[in-house]
Amino acid sequence: MGPIGVLALQGAFREHRASLERLGVPVREVRLPEDLRGLSGLILPGGESTVMGRLLRDFGLSEPLRRLAAEGLPIWGTCAGMILLAKRIIGEDTVHLGLMDIAVRRNAYGGQLDSFRTELNVPGVSPAPLPLVFIRAPYAEEAGPRVRVLATLKGKIIAAEEGNLLATAFHPELTDDLSFHRYFLDKIK
Amino acid sequence: MVDNERYTLNKNLAQMLKGGVIMDVTTPEQARIAEEAGACAVMALERVPADIRRDGGVARMSDPKIIKAIKAAVSIPVMAKVRIGHFVEAQILEALGIDFVDESEVLTPADESYHIDKTKFKIPFVCGARDLGEALRRIAEGAAMIRTKGEAGTANIVEAVRHLRAVNEGIASLRGLGRAELVARAKELGAPFELVEQVAREGRLPVVNFAAGGIATPADAALMMQLGADGVFVGSGIFKSSNPAKRAQAIVKAVTHYNNPAILAEISEDLGDPMPGVDLAALSPEERYAARGW
Repeated sequence: MGPIGVLALQGAFREHRASLERLGVPVREVRLPEDLRGLSGLILPGGESTVMGRLLRDFGLSEPLRRLAAEGLPIWGTCAGMILLAKRIIGEDTVHLGLMDIAVRRNAYGGQLDSFRTELNVPGVSPAPLPLVFIRAPYAEEAGPRVRVLATLKGKIIAAEEGNLLATAFHPELTDDLSFHRYFLDKIK
Repeated sequence: MVDNERYTLNKNLAQMLKGGVIMDVTTPEQARIAEEAGACAVMALERVPADIRRDGGVARMSDPKIIKAIKAAVSIPVMAKVRIGHFVEAQILEALGIDFVDESEVLTPADESYHIDKTKFKIPFVCGARDLGEALRRIAEGAAMIRTKGEAGTANIVEAVRHLRAVNEGIASLRGLGRAELVARAKELGAPFELVEQVAREGRLPVVNFAAGGIATPADAALMMQLGADGVFVGSGIFKSSNPAKRAQAIVKAVTHYNNPAILAEISEDLGDPMPGVDLAALSPEERYAARGW
């Protein structure tokens, strides 16, 4: 199996790296198009989507990433990564990678004073309730017919998948729980 | 402590800022330029440190009107500064619903004995530090993020380098020490034993550590990243330069590709004039902001 890439342009990429390493998986940080060669999966971490989106374009990563996604490369976006994946950002004209048929709202819960942690059952991902950490998090308000919703919170979509794409509004990499990382790795095998 | 969960969430926000550049802005227009250039957060203030230095007098928290206008202009996190020890200014910023408070030596200190008890707040704080002991004292007071003090408003990187190296050396010096030695080191550092013990065990600070105070070029930013900073603050260095948008973009790229000299060479080209620098030997002791706080 080729390494799992973690987009390392900005944000909490080291945390994803640590979670993957705990699962014994080889990891590669991705900053340039050549880093994408031979990956078996890719994680788009949390951070600021505006920063990552700009650097994706400036360093020529957007097009190769779209191509790899079309070829079936499993890609998981957490928080800002979910925004990068979305085909639509509510209230903005910006689209970053535009891969997943979801409409997301940025900073949907508000500013840092509204960041929170909760627990939720996510059937299919873990038999036990999962700790979910939301940091200035987005959520999805709409999802296309091919999108499978994995979890909602107060009626808003916080985890979903569409074929080889996975998106979560929260940060499994900030907790000790590895269920979502295992779930993503299962998409690869 | 307000509660541990809130403190963890606040440290988590700092983690999301890593690998990024936090830029000082004084108007909504500058804030938009910063966001467009790839800032991961903005510091909203009335005057950048270089102007505070030039103007003299008492420097205070910015007018809430300016902070609100900047907050309305961008979607990225907004920070603002309060004077060391001025907990009411911090209460006001918390009421404004911004994302982070910088208890900053760049403003005129309000209390020469005590920093703010940051555990009384829901909002996260970042504080400056010159060495490991100072970093751990601020963390003990509840800081969710640390930055070097450097020497703000000088475009001179030498103090930021000194402070980051001092923190790193402090951490390295704890390696392999037994409990009795760590108790003695805690006394020397003037920091709580529990935090000293944690740093010895983990080999790093328990919070994110940015570089600040004197960063003016992409090379400065990459230098601080190679020395181990998690990200950088650029204060006066962007909007006091001749081409702020271009310089801001270049510094953002330098923080991502800090280990790639070929890219650093490319982005350092043709940026126009950097902010004019200050030789630190020309500053009197009271003009040195880093000496404020303890």
